[in-house]
Amino acid sequence: MRPLFNYIDRPSPVHRLTGAAKLVSMLLWTLAAMTTYDTRLLALLAVGGVALFAAARLRIADVSFLFGFILVFMVLNNLLVFLFAPEHGVSIYGTRHVLFSLGGRWVVTKEQLFYHLNLLLKYCAMIPVVMAFICTTQPSEFAASLNRIGVKYTVAYSVALALRYIPDVQRDYHEISQAQQARGIEMSRKESLIKRLKSASAILIPLILSSMDRIEVISNAMELRGFGKNKKRSWYMARPFTAGDVLAMILCALLFAAALILNRLNGGRFYNPFV
Amino acid sequence: MNDPIIRFEHFSFQYHAQAEPTLHDVCLSVRKGEKLLICGPSGCGKSTLAHCINGLIPFSYKGEIGGSLTIAGRESRELGIFEISRTVGTVLQDTDGQFVGLTVAEDIAFALENDCVGEPELHERVRTAAALVGVEDHLSHAPGELSGGQKQRVSLAGILVDDVEVLLFDEPLANLDPATGKQAIELIDEIQKETGAAVIIIEHRLEDVLHRHVDRVVLMNGGRILADTTPDELLAGELLRENGIREPLYITALKYAGVSVTADKRPDHIETIELSEEDQARVRAWFQSVPPAPEKPETPVLLAAEGVRFAYPNGREALAGLSLAVREGELSAVVGTNGAGKSTFCKLLCGFETQQEGTLRFAGQDMAELSIKERADRIGYVMQNPNQMISQTMIFDEVALGLRTRGVPEEEIRRRVEETLKVCGLWPFRSWPVSALSFGQKKRVTIAAILVLEPQIIILDEPTAGQDYRHYTEIMEFLLALNRRGVTVLMVTHDMHLMLEYAGRAIVFSGGRLIADAPCAEILTDETVIRRASLKETSLYTLAQRCGIDDGQAFVQRFIDYEREAVRT
Amino acid sequence: MKKSPIVTVVAIGIGAALFFVLGRFVAIPSPVPNTNIALQYGLCAFMTVLFGPVAGALIAFIGHTLIDFSYGWGIWWSWVIASGVFGLLFGFASKKIKLADGEFGKKDILRFNIAQLCCHLVAWGLVAPTLDVLMFAEPANKVYLQCLVGGISNIVTTAIVGTLLCLAYAKAKPGKGSLKEEK
Repeated sequence: MRPLFNYIDRPSPVHRLTGAAKLVSMLLWTLAAMTTYDTRLLALLAVGGVALFAAARLRIADVSFLFGFILVFMVLNNLLVFLFAPEHGVSIYGTRHVLFSLGGRWVVTKEQLFYHLNLLLKYCAMIPVVMAFICTTQPSEFAASLNRIGVKYTVAYSVALALRYIPDVQRDYHEISQAQQARGIEMSRKESLIKRLKSASAILIPLILSSMDRIEVISNAMELRGFGKNKKRSWYMARPFTAGDVLAMILCALLFAAALILNRLNGGRFYNPFV
Repeated sequence: MNDPIIRFEHFSFQYHAQAEPTLHDVCLSVRKGEKLLICGPSGCGKSTLAHCINGLIPFSYKGEIGGSLTIAGRESRELGIFEISRTVGTVLQDTDGQFVGLTVAEDIAFALENDCVGEPELHERVRTAAALVGVEDHLSHAPGELSGGQKQRVSLAGILVDDVEVLLFDEPLANLDPATGKQAIELIDEIQKETGAAVIIIEHRLEDVLHRHVDRVVLMNGGRILADTTPDELLAGELLRENGIREPLYITALKYAGVSVTADKRPDHIETIELSEEDQARVRAWFQSVPPAPEKPETPVLLAAEGVRFAYPNGREALAGLSLAVREGELSAVVGTNGAGKSTFCKLLCGFETQQEGTLRFAGQDMAELSIKERADRIGYVMQNPNQMISQTMIFDEVALGLRTRGVPEEEIRRRVEETLKVCGLWPFRSWPVSALSFGQKKRVTIAAILVLEPQIIILDEPTAGQDYRHYTEIMEFLLALNRRGVTVLMVTHDMHLMLEYAGRAIVFSGGRLIADAPCAEILTDETVIRRASLKETSLYTLAQRCGIDDGQAFVQRFIDYEREAVRT
Repeated sequence: MKKSPIVTVVAIGIGAALFFVLGRFVAIPSPVPNTNIALQYGLCAFMTVLFGPVAGALIAFIGHTLIDFSYGWGIWWSWVIASGVFGLLFGFASKKIKLADGEFGKKDILRFNIAQLCCHLVAWGLVAPTLDVLMFAEPANKVYLQCLVGGISNIVTTAIVGTLLCLAYAKAKPGKGSLKEEK
C-alpha cells in the first residue's frame, strides 16, 4: 500500500525548516491564495509554489499518483461553474465581451474565460505548496508543530494518534472486507444502492466496534505513562526555530499582507483588466 | 530484607457494574528485587489485580475497595494514577495499543514528554533506554516496520526511561512466536538484574516463564489467592492441574511415568531437576510400555501448491516458489516466523491475492478460475479475532449470512443453520445475541458461520490465541471432532503445545518456502528447523536425553500418542 | 466504557483515523458516475453520540483535513469547516441519547435521524456554500447545488450506516436481564 502522507527523505533547504515554521508558512500562503483574486498575485503565488516544489527537490514522479484526482477535480469544478453560471465573469467584471455562443444561455465571454483563468491560477497557487509541505514534513513533527503554534496539546496528540493508527485501521479494514467477501458480501455496482450500503455496514460494524475496544486499551496505556499529567508537554520531535524559519514565516506573512493590501487597492478581491 | 514495595492486606474489590466482588481477601506482598509470576485461568481476577497494582483501579475503573493496598508504603487510593506510575511501570499485552508514538524514539520518549523533560536530557534518556533493550538502531522506525517482539521491547524501553521500582508485565508471551517469547523472558531477567526492580509477570504459560528463575508463583482462581509459594512447591502438587493451568510438559511426562515429583527435586527447570537412577528407569520403562499408535492410511491430496511465487506491490517477495500438498482429512499446523509467508499463502488460497507464478489446485482442479465466493464454498477461512468477523447481532443471523448472500432459500437456510449450531454446541444459545457470548463462544460462532457453507477445508488463524487452558481444550476438542467428521483442518499457529497435542503434522514456512513437512515430534526435535522457524525445542526432548533415551523424537511421539489415547479418551 | 479526558483524546484520534480510512478508501460507487458515497459521516455521527460535541467536531475536522491532504488538492477549508460544524451541532443535538449505556430504542432512532437531518442541512445547506462563496467567489447556484447533493448523500448514509452502527453498539453491550439456555 502506498504511504499516504509520503514524506520524501531527500535533504533540501525546505526539509531543514522546522515543521512548525512550515505549517505556519503553508497556512499563511494558502490564506493569501484564498483571499485574493488578483491575477498578478495569484500568478506570483503559482510560480512561487512551483519554484518551492523544485527547491524542495521534489519530482513530478513523487506525486504523479495524485494528478488524476486533482485533474478530475479541477476540470469538473470549472465545468460546473460554466454550466451553472456562464455569466459569472460578466457579473464580476461588469463588462461583456462575447466571443462565441455554445447555444442557449451558454455564451462564452472574455470575462468568463478570465474568471476561469483566475480559478485555475488559484488551484495552482495552493496545490504545489500543500504538496511540498506534505512531502517535506515528517508526520511526527506535524503534531509537535500544531502544539507549537498554539493548538492544545491534547488535540495535537489526537492528530498524532490519527496518523499513528491510520495504517492499522487500513489493514484491519482490508482484512475484514476480504473475510466478508468470502462470505458473499458484495459492494459492486451490480447490487442496488441500499443493498450496497447494507453490505458496507457488514464490514464497518466489526471494524468500528473492534476499534471501540481499542480506544480503551490505548487510553489505559497513555494514562499509565502519564499523559495529561501537566498543562503542557515537551515533544521529542520539536526543534528550535532557526533564522531560515523566521525568514520563511515573514515572507509568507508578507504575501498574505500583499493579498490584503491588493484587496484594498483593487476595491474588491478581483483585479479587473476590463475597465 | 527490605520493606515490601507492594502490600495487599485483606484486599477486596468490586466493580460498580458487577454484583459480586472480583477480588476477595487478597494478601500479598512484593519486595524490591523479587520476581513474581501470577497465574490463573481466565476470569480468575489476575487482570483486576494488575489494574490495582498500576492504579487503573480505582482511578479509571470505579468500584468498592475493602482492606488495604500500599505502594511504596503509601495507601494506593490516596495516591493518584500518575504518582503510582512513577513507581509501577506496566507493559500491556496489546503491543499495538501500547505503542502510541509514530516512531520508536517518540514512543520511548512518551512518558518523558508528559513530564515536560526538555533537551538535551530527553534525547539522551531515550537513547539509553533504547540501548538497554537493544532497539537503538531502530529509533526512527514506524511501528508497522517492527516485529511483535521488537514492539514489546519498545514498550519496555518506554517504561524504563523512568526509574520505576516495579515492572508489571501483562501476558507478555501472548503475541510472540516461541523463540521470541523465550528471548523476552531472558530480556526481562537481564533487565531485572540490571535495574534491581521488582518484576511481576502475569501469564498462564507457566513453562515458558519458568525458562528463567522465578522467586514465587501466585496461583489465583475465583478472585482468591490459592497459593503463594516457590515454583518447586507448586509443581510438586496438584493445584495447577486442578485450577486449569497447564504444567510444564516434562512434569506431565514424569507424572505419567509414575515418578513422584517433589519440591526437593527442584522441578522448576528441566535442566536442574534431580532425577535419580530409579526415576530415569521409570521413564524408560514407561517409554517402552506405550505401544506406538497405528499409522493412518494415506489419503488423496486435496490441496496442492506448485512453485507458487508472490510479491507484494512494494516489491517484498512473500512466497518464493512454494510447493506443498495437504491430504484429505488431515489436521495440520502451519508454522513459521512472522513474514515467512503463512498468511500470504492463506490469502492466495482464498483468492484475496493472486500469485504471479505457479498453480494452486483443489482436488486436482486449478483454482485460477474460481472467484473468491466460489473458493469460500470449498475453503473456509477463520480470522484470529472473532470480533473482526461478526457483523450481525443475533447468532442465527450471523451463521446464516453466507447462505443468505448466496441466495439459498430461507427454508433450507433454517435447516442448515440449525444443524451447524448443533454441531458447534451453540444450539442452546440459538436465540441469543452474539454479545452475550464469551470470547471462546464467539470464536465458535465464527467457525459455525464458515462451516455452514460446507467447505472441505477450514483454515484457522491462531484458533486458541488468548485462551486459557480450559477454553483452549474446549476449542481444540471441537476442532478435533470436526476433523473426525471429515473436515480437513489447517491451523496457522505459534503455539507449540497446540502443535504437539493436536496437529498430525506441521508444515513449516521460512522465507516464503516450505522447509519442512513432517510429524510434529520430528519437527520439534530438529534443531535446524527449530532455529529457522523460530520455534523452541520441547522440554520432552531434553527429558528423554536426561533419562538416557537416545531416540528423543520417538519419546516425544510416544508422549503425544499416550495423551491422545490414554488420557483424552 | 470508562470516561476520562484521555478517552476523549484517544477517541478523537481513532475516530479521525476511521473517518479518514472510510472517506479515502471505502468507496461505494454511487449511481452518479465518478462519484462515491461518503460513509464517514455515519461513523462520525455514531462516535459523536458516544463521545460528545467536541469529539464529534474534531473527528470530522481532523479526518476531513487529512483526506484533503492525502488527495493533494490543498485544503478545502469551506467543506472542512462544514464537517466540523456538523460534528459539533450534532453533538449538542444528540445529547439526550444514552447510547453509552446501551440504550437505543425506537425513540432514539427517531431523535438521532431528526438531529442528523437538521445538522447536515445547516452544515451543507448553509455553512459550506456560504464559505465557498466567500472564500472562492464561486457562483452561488453552482455551489448550492454541489453542497446540496453532497448534503443529501450524507444524510442518507448517516441515516443508514449511523443508525445501524448505533443499533449494533447498543446490542453489543452486555445484555441486561437473564438469558436462558434452550434445550
